[in-house]
Amino acid sequence: MDVVNPEQAKIAEDSGAVAVMALERVPSDIRRDGGVARMSDPLMIQEIQAAVTIPVMAKARIGHFAEAQILQALDVDYIDESEVLTPADEENHIDKWDFTVPFVCGATNLGEALRRIGEGACLIRSKGEAGTGNVVEAVRHLRTINAQMRRLASADGAELYALAKDLQAPIALVQEVAATGKLPVPLFCAGGISTPADAALVLQLGAQAVFVGSGIFKSEDPVRMAKAIVEATTHFQDASIVAKVSTGLGAAMAGAETATLEQRLSERGW
Amino acid sequence: MRTVGVLALQGDVREHVATLDNLGVSTRLVRREADLSGIDGLIIPGGESTAISHLLVTSGLREPLCTLIGGGLPIFGTCAGLILLSSEVLDGRSDQWSFNALDVVVRRNGYGRQIASFEVPIAISDGATVPGVFIRAPRIVHWGPEVTVVATHDHGDGEHPVLVRQGSAWGCSFHPELTSDVLVHGLFLDALQEALR
Repeated sequence: MDVVNPEQAKIAEDSGAVAVMALERVPSDIRRDGGVARMSDPLMIQEIQAAVTIPVMAKARIGHFAEAQILQALDVDYIDESEVLTPADEENHIDKWDFTVPFVCGATNLGEALRRIGEGACLIRSKGEAGTGNVVEAVRHLRTINAQMRRLASADGAELYALAKDLQAPIALVQEVAATGKLPVPLFCAGGISTPADAALVLQLGAQAVFVGSGIFKSEDPVRMAKAIVEATTHFQDASIVAKVSTGLGAAMAGAETATLEQRLSERGW
Repeated sequence: MRTVGVLALQGDVREHVATLDNLGVSTRLVRREADLSGIDGLIIPGGESTAISHLLVTSGLREPLCTLIGGGLPIFGTCAGLILLSSEVLDGRSDQWSFNALDVVVRRNGYGRQIASFEVPIAISDGATVPGVFIRAPRIVHWGPEVTVVATHDHGDGEHPVLVRQGSAWGCSFHPELTSDVLVHGLFLDALQEALR
C-alpha cells in the first residue's frame, strides 16, 4: 500500500498489508500536480521505516541509479523503478545487477517484463495506469503477459528465436518461460486497483499480490478499505467473503477514464 | 495417505505445496475453519507474520488452531511461521501474539532487513546439509530445555538454533520451501508419521 506518512503506514500494517511504499505523494496527486516527480525525502522514508515492522519499499526514477544508490544506503527493503516518477533516462533502465537490494519494475507486456528481469528485476508488476482508480489497463497488461506466456509454451524450439525477436526479450529468458509456463520471478498487479472486487479480479487473472496506490487513502474510509482489500486478496476465490467485505464500504477513490488522459504513465519505460 | 494442510492466508504457499507434491504428500489449502477438518498436520509458510496473524483472527482460524496445536497436531512453521509458533516475539508489534507451540524467544528481522538476506549451507544431523535461505529471518535468541535443536548457524556471534522441534511442533528460521531440497520437509513428515502411528 502506498503511504505518505507514518500514520498511514501504521494503518496499512494494522490492516494486514505485507509491505508499504513510502512516497511523498500518491500517484493521483502526482498526476494532478504535474511537474517533475522525484525520489522521496530520505527523512520521510526513515520515519516510515521506524513506524512499522513490515518491509518498506520506495521509488526511484527510471534510469536514476543514483537515487537507487541512496535508497539502498537507506536500507529500504525493495526499490520500485517506477514510471509514476518522471523518467531520468530516456534509453536505459537501471542496471539492477549492480545492487543487492531487490527491485520491482513495471511491465505492460511479456517482452518488457523479460527485459526488466534481464536487467536484474526480482519482481514484476503490471503498470496499469497509476492514479486513475481504473483497473482496465492493469487487466490489459496482465492478460497480455499471460497470453504471450501461453504462446511461448506452445511454440517449438525453433520458433522461440523469432518470438524472442518479436518480444525484444533475451532468448534465455524466453526459453525459460516456454519451459516453465511462468515468469522466473513473481508477478504482481499494480495500477488502478481501488476496490476489493478489483483485487479479486486481478488475482484470479494470475497476479500473486496487488499494489494499491491511491486506492486506499483517497477512498472515503481508508481503514475499512485497507482491511477489505487485504481480505479480498486472501479470499479472492471466495465470492461470499469478497461480497461481505465490499458491503457498505463507502466510496472508492474518484476514478478517471483512461481514454481521455493527457498523460499515460504506462507509456514511460520501454 | 496423509493430508498436510498449508495455511494459505499469505506468503509462500505455492512453494510449500510444490515441495510436498515432490514428496508425494497430498495437501490442502487452509483458509477457513472448515478446511482444518481431516488434516494430519499443518505448515505455516514464510511471509509477513503481522499479515498472517491479522488474517488468522479475521478468518476465525486462531482459536480452532490454538486448540488443535494444544492437542498435538503436527505443525511446522518456516520464517514467519516460526514467529507464529514461538512463545515470545522481540522487536514485533506491541500487540503481536503467537501460538506458544515452541518454547523459543525469537527476534523479528534478527538477521537484518531485506538487504542483509543471505544463503548458507546448514548442517543437519548425520552429515547432510541443506541450503539455508534467510530473508528478513527471525533469530532464535533463547530456547527452553524442552526444545530439541536440530540445526544451528553461526552468524559471527556463536551458534544459534535455526531448526528446532518440541514434540510435534517444528520451526525454522530459513525457507526450505524456496529450494528444491526436500530434506527438512522430510524430517517433519517422518515425525508426523511417527506421531500418528
